[in-house]
Amino acid sequence: MWKWLHPYAKTERSYQLCQTLLPWFSVLGLLSLVVGAIWGLAFAPADYQQSDAFRIIYIHVPSAILSKMLYSSMAIAAFIGLVWQVKTAFMAMIALAPIGAMVTFVSLITGAVWGKPMWGTWWEWDARLTSQLILLFLFFGVMSLYKSFDDQQQAGKAAGVMAIVGVINLPIIHYSVEWWNTLHQGATILKMDKPSMPAEMLWPLLLCILSWALVSGAIFLLRLQNEILRREIKRPWVLSMVNEPMVSGAAVATNNPNKHEQVQ
Amino acid sequence: MQFATMTEFLAMGGYGLYVWLAFGLGLLSVALLWFESWMTKKRLLSQVLIEQQRQIRIKQASVQQASS
Repeated sequence: MWKWLHPYAKTERSYQLCQTLLPWFSVLGLLSLVVGAIWGLAFAPADYQQSDAFRIIYIHVPSAILSKMLYSSMAIAAFIGLVWQVKTAFMAMIALAPIGAMVTFVSLITGAVWGKPMWGTWWEWDARLTSQLILLFLFFGVMSLYKSFDDQQQAGKAAGVMAIVGVINLPIIHYSVEWWNTLHQGATILKMDKPSMPAEMLWPLLLCILSWALVSGAIFLLRLQNEILRREIKRPWVLSMVNEPMVSGAAVATNNPNKHEQVQ
Repeated sequence: MQFATMTEFLAMGGYGLYVWLAFGLGLLSVALLWFESWMTKKRLLSQVLIEQQRQIRIKQASVQQASS
């Protein structure tokens, strides 16, 4: 049933797949990011309590949701790498970590900027904020643990274990607003009941979440390609790939002696 | 459109500083990481090209050595 997946464990196929998907994710991501931001900033109605300050939601919530989604994806990649010894999985894991760190940082910084006018403070050591800060440190931990090994398979295993152990933080973040008495409000969209938000506010928010997912996907594809290139720079398929699609001066210059040699 | 004028839009009902700071920092972070990833790919591909030329030189050198 999963047989069709197997070729993608080969780095060459993964690289080609990334190359095919990259323009779609980039263009759709950029487009929806711009449309979503303008919709949220200019067209969504103002909140009855927070007036226009609530518009920060259109960057705060997408980044916060993506931070958890990216952590889950990173942990799944680590699990696949550890269990089935797929080296592409560890590459995916380490490609995801900096994106997750960036997105978590954005959720924290936009939260702080939102907290100042609404709560009267940039930062509070409360459950939601602190657990989200720990998530940022977990991303940093995975990145630095991976960097501290010379052997990439070893690095992947060590960082992978850390990524999997850190999953415990995800339910803590999600339920922190229920388990503890916190400043942060409860869930608005991701709950059993229907979202407690009018449609004209909710639609731009959903578009913003989608756009952040697409942009994260585009950056992930780039970074996965970078990981593959870094590790396989001397492999024949990498070398032949640069030769063929490029028609720039440098590529042509290398083409000629190559052909000449083949004639000999 | 919720705002009548551009100044009103920029003021964001008095919360302009916070709204624009949040959006500015957020979008800047995304742009920086995206750009960095893209530049790294460009750099790596140019390294592949250098590696390719090196291998061609090695091959040529060995061919010349064999013929001489």
